[in-house]
Amino acid sequence: MIGRRWWTPWIWLSPAVVLVSVFLLYPVLNTFVTSFMDADSAGGIWDLIDDPDKFVGLDNYEFIIDNPRPLVSNTHAALYNNAFWLIVFTGLTVPIGLLFAMLAARVRYEAVAKSTIFIPMAISFVAASVIWRFMYEFNPDVGTINALKTAAGSDSTAWLLDRGSPQTPFTDAGPDTAWGPLQVNNFALVMVGVWMWAGFAMVVLSAGLKGISTEVLEAARVDGAGEWQIFRRIILPILSPTIVVVATTLVIQALKKFDLVWVMTGGRAETDVVATLFYTEAFRQGEFGRGAALAVVLLMWVVPIMVISIRRFQFQEETR
Amino acid sequence: MAGNAGEVSDAAPAPLRVRRQPVAAILRRTFRRLPLHLLVIFLALLWSIPTLALLLSSFREPGDVVTSGWWNAFTHPFDLTLANYEDVLTTRSMDRAFINSLIITIPSTFFVVLVAAFAAYAFAWMQFPGRNALFIVMVGLLVVPLQMTLIPVLRLYTDLTIDAEMPLLGGRVFGTSSYIGIWMAHTAYGLPFAVYLLRNFFGSIPRDILESAYIDGASDARIFFRLIIPLSMPAIAALTIFQFLWVWNDLLVSLILLGDPELAPMTLRISSLVSSFGTQYQLLTAAAFISMALPLAIFFALQRYFVQGILAGSVKG
Repeated sequence: MIGRRWWTPWIWLSPAVVLVSVFLLYPVLNTFVTSFMDADSAGGIWDLIDDPDKFVGLDNYEFIIDNPRPLVSNTHAALYNNAFWLIVFTGLTVPIGLLFAMLAARVRYEAVAKSTIFIPMAISFVAASVIWRFMYEFNPDVGTINALKTAAGSDSTAWLLDRGSPQTPFTDAGPDTAWGPLQVNNFALVMVGVWMWAGFAMVVLSAGLKGISTEVLEAARVDGAGEWQIFRRIILPILSPTIVVVATTLVIQALKKFDLVWVMTGGRAETDVVATLFYTEAFRQGEFGRGAALAVVLLMWVVPIMVISIRRFQFQEETR
Repeated sequence: MAGNAGEVSDAAPAPLRVRRQPVAAILRRTFRRLPLHLLVIFLALLWSIPTLALLLSSFREPGDVVTSGWWNAFTHPFDLTLANYEDVLTTRSMDRAFINSLIITIPSTFFVVLVAAFAAYAFAWMQFPGRNALFIVMVGLLVVPLQMTLIPVLRLYTDLTIDAEMPLLGGRVFGTSSYIGIWMAHTAYGLPFAVYLLRNFFGSIPRDILESAYIDGASDARIFFRLIIPLSMPAIAALTIFQFLWVWNDLLVSLILLGDPELAPMTLRISSLVSSFGTQYQLLTAAAFISMALPLAIFFALQRYFVQGILAGSVKG
């Protein structure tokens, strides 16, 4: 539209631009600077101007890579655990969401069935943590899962503390046989995440499924295709862009995971992820430089996703 | 918007079934579909039992909750009580935390919708240099982890503290432990998603409608409030619900920007209850349920918009 003064758009934009600049753009840049500075340089660039000696180069990143204090701040565990979250959380949530979207579409009580899966989306991670601490409780008289387990004739498992590998609660292999992040407690935490986010995957994938024309499916059936073939050759390919959208969101969730781990274990028993370690380092230990470096590591993990979502936006604009 | 969770679909098409089927055929069909029903019901139960167990436990006698499983409540169903709720509300100050959550969430949600709608209008319907570049920056910020921003924001708040008592609400006027501070932070953090969502919706409004209004001499403000906003109510409703839940359920931002326990929202309060009374489930279950009540009510009342919000912008973290 024509006839506006040149500054009119900026009046409409200014509240958003100012807020985003102050709370997102400037802090992101300043955190980069802080990550190259010593422990008490929370001011980032401003501290650097006051006192250039606070610049420590790559020391904070070296700390993350070398992991010199594994008992206090185990950076390797945090990185591995984030990778574990990324793979296991995304890898379980997408298929479960898809399975449920497909199953529910075949019954008359679809709406009710979907609501039950979807409800956990509405509650906070803090409330979910309480729910699942209660489920995982060690005392088999109180904790539901251990009650089932002891009823089946086996011993109680400390789900949130057990560092054993995933099979140990079910065999006699004993504790501490795990390597890296494959610990019982990490699985227990990830399952809570899956419980909360399966509904999201289900809703989005279900919308995608509804978009597939029934004529195509009928035609395939008439041609004698089995259900599995239809799934593999028709449904999955049509759904794949939707699956990418869902998986991207879940990956971001997995990387930023904080509340759940913080309330359920507080990062104890090597369940720390980068976000919880960041919080401990920066706001409990006062190691601002190191905390900033951890935040930068988190950002580096999401940069590829950022690029993908910008590309997708540009593509949408061109095809609009 | 496709894919309403609130609509039943895929029920077998009717026309061919007008003729009555032999009983055996119906039985056979039901039997063949039995595994499907069992699987769906099993998954639905698996997903809802944890929440139901929490709800049930919160009404049990305090002594019972920590010594016997929630399933025992079915054997003597009349021993339910409100004592746990009374306890957390009065002695654990969950009542204050509930109010705090409201004070934090409502303005944060309102400001996000308003500020984002202004910006989205400019992005969708005004020409200016750098429009696309600026919008791409917004989209890019959508996935930035909040952790990346917290140290400088905390520092900024400490430097700019206005250490006077905030009238009516309590806390400081500005800085850490101030409502204005946390409103601004939540508004800013919600903006990238909100602008993205609204800009896409505003952009889909037919150009003719706006142009004819403009030619008739309507100002931008008039077009915005009389045309854009009313036409975009579904998107605004979805955004409102989403942002409300997001702020209501937030822990991280409050943990860092609200130092004063007097101002703590429920998430923060519960998280400190967990660390001090880790296995006192009679308290924790009641507290958790109080914090879930409002989101669940919103969820059941406005499920359609909630689903739309998720479908419209499934990038937000």
